[in-house]
Amino acid sequence: MAIAETRIYMPGAPRPRLRLLEDERWLAFVLLVPTLALLGMFIAYPFVRGILLSVTNARVGVPGEFVGLANFYKIFNDGIFRTSVYNTFVYTGVTTVFKLALGLWLAMLLNRNFRGKAFTRAFILLPFIIPTVLSTFAWKWMFDPTFSVLNWLLYHLGLITGRINWLGDPDLAMISIIIVNIWRGVPFFAISLLAGLQTISPELSEAAAIDGAKPLQRFWYITWPLLLPVTMVVVLFSVIQTFADFQIVYVMTGGGPANATHLFATYAYQIGIGTGILSEGAAISLAMFPVLFLVVIIQLLYIRRVEVR
Amino acid sequence: MIEGARWRKWVFFYVPMALFLLFLLFPFYWMVITSVRPDGELYRPWNSINYNPFWTWKPTWDHVRYLFEETLFASWLWNTTFIATLSTAISLVCGVFAGYALSRLNFPFAGSLGTAIFITYLVPQTLLFIPLAEIIRNYRLGDTPWSLILTYPTFLIPFCTWLMMGYFKAVPKELEECARIDGASRWQAMLYIVIPVAIPGILSAGIFAFTLSWNEFIYALVFLSSPQQKTVPVGVTSELIRGDVFFWGPLMAGALLGSIPVAIAYSFFVEHYVAGLTGSVKG
Repeated sequence: MAIAETRIYMPGAPRPRLRLLEDERWLAFVLLVPTLALLGMFIAYPFVRGILLSVTNARVGVPGEFVGLANFYKIFNDGIFRTSVYNTFVYTGVTTVFKLALGLWLAMLLNRNFRGKAFTRAFILLPFIIPTVLSTFAWKWMFDPTFSVLNWLLYHLGLITGRINWLGDPDLAMISIIIVNIWRGVPFFAISLLAGLQTISPELSEAAAIDGAKPLQRFWYITWPLLLPVTMVVVLFSVIQTFADFQIVYVMTGGGPANATHLFATYAYQIGIGTGILSEGAAISLAMFPVLFLVVIIQLLYIRRVEVR
Repeated sequence: MIEGARWRKWVFFYVPMALFLLFLLFPFYWMVITSVRPDGELYRPWNSINYNPFWTWKPTWDHVRYLFEETLFASWLWNTTFIATLSTAISLVCGVFAGYALSRLNFPFAGSLGTAIFITYLVPQTLLFIPLAEIIRNYRLGDTPWSLILTYPTFLIPFCTWLMMGYFKAVPKELEECARIDGASRWQAMLYIVIPVAIPGILSAGIFAFTLSWNEFIYALVFLSSPQQKTVPVGVTSELIRGDVFFWGPLMAGALLGSIPVAIAYSFFVEHYVAGLTGSVKG
């Protein structure tokens, strides 16, 4: 390179080693190396390893042999796996609808001017920032059949007469898990949507109000369409997180009672780490991939479309 | 927005807001009250006459004392702080560099690299934890803090990069060009001109990354095995439960004390945190 051959340089001029960094491509390369190394080593490589693992019969300490798609045949005929798939879709679907509805409602409430607004907003995010396993323990304690404060509350409101065994019944356990997930997710939706709402000029709504639009019409024809891009991104993002959720179920029920509340991730953990059948565990985890892939594609296409506009 | 009589304001604003606050904050109140309630009161069935859920007249420090004297809670706090701080620092350096390169430099494949990093952002930890556990074992990192310090950046870097790209794009090109005309190298212009302008972004990325790594669970659960190596979320989950017996007092005290550091960090940087959160989804 011509620059590097210039041996005499002025005092204070950059040293030859740094001159290489004057080239945009070299600088970009140097800046990206640490990121690409870490992501390659701990995301791309494990992903490939996971696929290779899922077509063997490896266990902890046993490398295993190639068995083709036997693990996938096995899990698709496994009743617990099918329940987990069903549960994961129900869990993701129901919580997303509630998180969006409640989050949007809360965002609209927070978008008004009232005393203590900043304070309220800061407090509302607490469920989202506190370690999820720790707050889920508080819920587990609230759902405890014998000492449950919820039972006490429902009893004194006159809604129940006997005790409710929240986490002992498959359906109630599923409902309990869904409630905790909604509790954790609403602040994220509310704060993200609030940020979206704040970019919408209030003059639009005011103009519509002068033209005689009712509050519901103003929401439906002005706020909602303008908020849609943010809503889409938040929903897709949340769907990925919820679909792959682990912590809430792990703490609340551990997949029980009788394996009725497993999700993909908790069942993969139980098989792969709990019983040590790494290959089958990896196959269960990877079974999430097609759905996640689809959501990511939708998200990429959507972002591109918004950017083009 | 809501016009008309006073009752409307109550029905459409105060009551729903109060219910939201009750729903979102009650579990924390329950944590606090449980962690200072003596055992005799704690294990009183909900339908017994003297069940007094919302208050205690005999607050006790026993559970907190138990936590620090009988368990390794202090070590867990230290481990979590150490791991979260280092992985945040690594992710910030990587994210700032990568964000700068992707948003301000022209080089082949810049677009596809950006997309690739965005996709890794959407990869959930639960997709890869089993092969990753094997890899960690092969690298002989199992049961050391380094297993987490090196793997947490995989979900922090993409988000930091994404957020920083947004901040760097907003810095005018002329600012950097001026510095270059005055004799600064590209490297110096980046380090002394562009990065300082983006400090609010770095703070947002940092505080968000710190809370995420403090809260991480599944990697810590799978990669760490000895009690003295554990982080707070894993330690509380695995060491305060013996078989089917839950030590609810210490458990809630642990949950509370394990949440306070993030809550404090968060309270100092609420605005930055919110900027990070909303930036992380809007990109």
